[in-house]
Amino acid sequence: MSNVLEIRWHGRGGQGAKTASLLLADVAFNTGKYVQGFPEYGPERMGAPITAYNRISEIPIRVHSNIYDPEYVVVVDETLLEAVDVTKGLKKEGAIVINSAKTPDEIRPMLKGYEGRVYTIDARKISVAALGKYFPNSPMLAAIVKVTGIMDDESFLAEMEGSYKHKFASKPEVIEGNMKALRMSLQEVK
Amino acid sequence: MAIRERLSGNEAVAIAMRQINPDVMAAFPITPSTEIPQYFSTFCANGQVDTEFVPVESEHSAMSACVGSEAAGARTLTATSSCGLALMWEELYIAASCRLPIALACVNRALSGPININCDHSDSMGARDAGWIQIYSENNQEAYDNFVQAYRIAEHKDVRLPIMICQDGFITSHAVENISLLEDNEVRDFVGDYNPDEYLLNESHSMAVGPYDIPSYYMEHKKQQAVAMENAKQVILDVAAEFEKLSGRKYGLFETYKLEDAECALVIINSAAGTAKDAVDKLRAEGKKVGLLKIRVFRPFPAEEIAEALKNVKVIAVMDRCEGFSSQGGPLGAEVKSALYTAGSTAKVVDYIYGIGGRDVKVENIEEVYGALFDILATGNVGETYRYLSLRD
Repeated sequence: MSNVLEIRWHGRGGQGAKTASLLLADVAFNTGKYVQGFPEYGPERMGAPITAYNRISEIPIRVHSNIYDPEYVVVVDETLLEAVDVTKGLKKEGAIVINSAKTPDEIRPMLKGYEGRVYTIDARKISVAALGKYFPNSPMLAAIVKVTGIMDDESFLAEMEGSYKHKFASKPEVIEGNMKALRMSLQEVK
Repeated sequence: MAIRERLSGNEAVAIAMRQINPDVMAAFPITPSTEIPQYFSTFCANGQVDTEFVPVESEHSAMSACVGSEAAGARTLTATSSCGLALMWEELYIAASCRLPIALACVNRALSGPININCDHSDSMGARDAGWIQIYSENNQEAYDNFVQAYRIAEHKDVRLPIMICQDGFITSHAVENISLLEDNEVRDFVGDYNPDEYLLNESHSMAVGPYDIPSYYMEHKKQQAVAMENAKQVILDVAAEFEKLSGRKYGLFETYKLEDAECALVIINSAAGTAKDAVDKLRAEGKKVGLLKIRVFRPFPAEEIAEALKNVKVIAVMDRCEGFSSQGGPLGAEVKSALYTAGSTAKVVDYIYGIGGRDVKVENIEEVYGALFDILATGNVGETYRYLSLRD
């Protein structure tokens, strides 16, 4: 249905693309929307390509298929550009957000002629700076929220703080780092 | 007051179980139902329920423990999928014939082999003749609502049969979606206490459970089971009516969608029904008279009611997410055709095997089925009645 926003995530097993899709569902849910967040399951293992999906809508969502013609695509691992047809079915009115140190102009030639908007964000740099470790999902989540405009920066940060407090109740020391990663990402997505 | 939440289907069922606060859960983990005992054992560890959690070494033992504890007089439940349900086979029949109202959360997954972890209905359809009530759920909301209603049906004095609440593995069990939950006390009051008339731990009235049955009584006992299953139909409707007063959500034996004036219709179970509703709306916008009937209650099978609901439909596709290897179609097809024949229907019927082993079901796939039904309507020629949807060349 045309009034449903559809997002497809490409990542590698262990990078948190599934978690990011579920967090995005959380964020959209908290703005009063109807949401779906679900991964495509199979015999995954660490490092293998995986796909996750989001639907966000003003009305209840009934369809339960995977997403083939998304408005937005998020690529959590740049090396997937060679292995997976990440722009397949992606609408040219939409956009793709890629985790890369490269600029959008440098990345575009790798996207098989995709005509829509291209954004990049260096999630590795941000994650290492904010958390001291490489967890790309928080930066990628902030980037897709910024690009889609699902909600404004301040409301998003407030929502995520609550969400992290719940998710990381047993290890509160990582909350500040993740919040820092989100704030940096909102500024740095280009 | 209704609680607005977003939960996966597995979380939703685990929360229903917490709200019910049963006496015993015996379970062995298997994908994709593993999260249900996982969440529930956390509730046990945190003291949120009074339930005795029995971590057994197999599903055969899980259902055996359920039979023992329910016979003792304890409200008991379990969760499983696929080969786990298959390993319970022997005890499923024992639970039903001993008239033990155990509740089982079945998260539908293909049976091996080839080994596959994804959704189809071969597990619960394989258990369809075991004597359990079977209720199916399109999404997380229905899985939750059906589980809240389960014990009221199973434990009813006219029924006393075990009940299986099914939902699609991964497709709904692992998808986070909006849901409306009831308050804990609303569920507790709705479900009520379990006070069986007869139970093993009743010191004042000793009894035997599951003894050998000789030919001069076996048939009579089976007939009693069959009568209980027939009785379940009215009880399911009564419980649904009461649940509607509590929740505002209406349930029947099945759901019809834009079926009143439909020329072509689908009969379908679980999550793909939601996808099919989008296809119906799309085709209705083009002026095509299409509708669908979504099975909620498969055991007991509401044959007369289904035939009545489909009486004006000219061409029907029965959608089976399960192969039966009858060379005629799947189990739902056989039941629906039997219901239509008995009612004297002249509708043309085809059976589609679809979505097995997790093959994705898109809106366009369902549109293709309706397209085939309109071809039959136009030509009067049914052609092959046993078809596969979205089969690769």
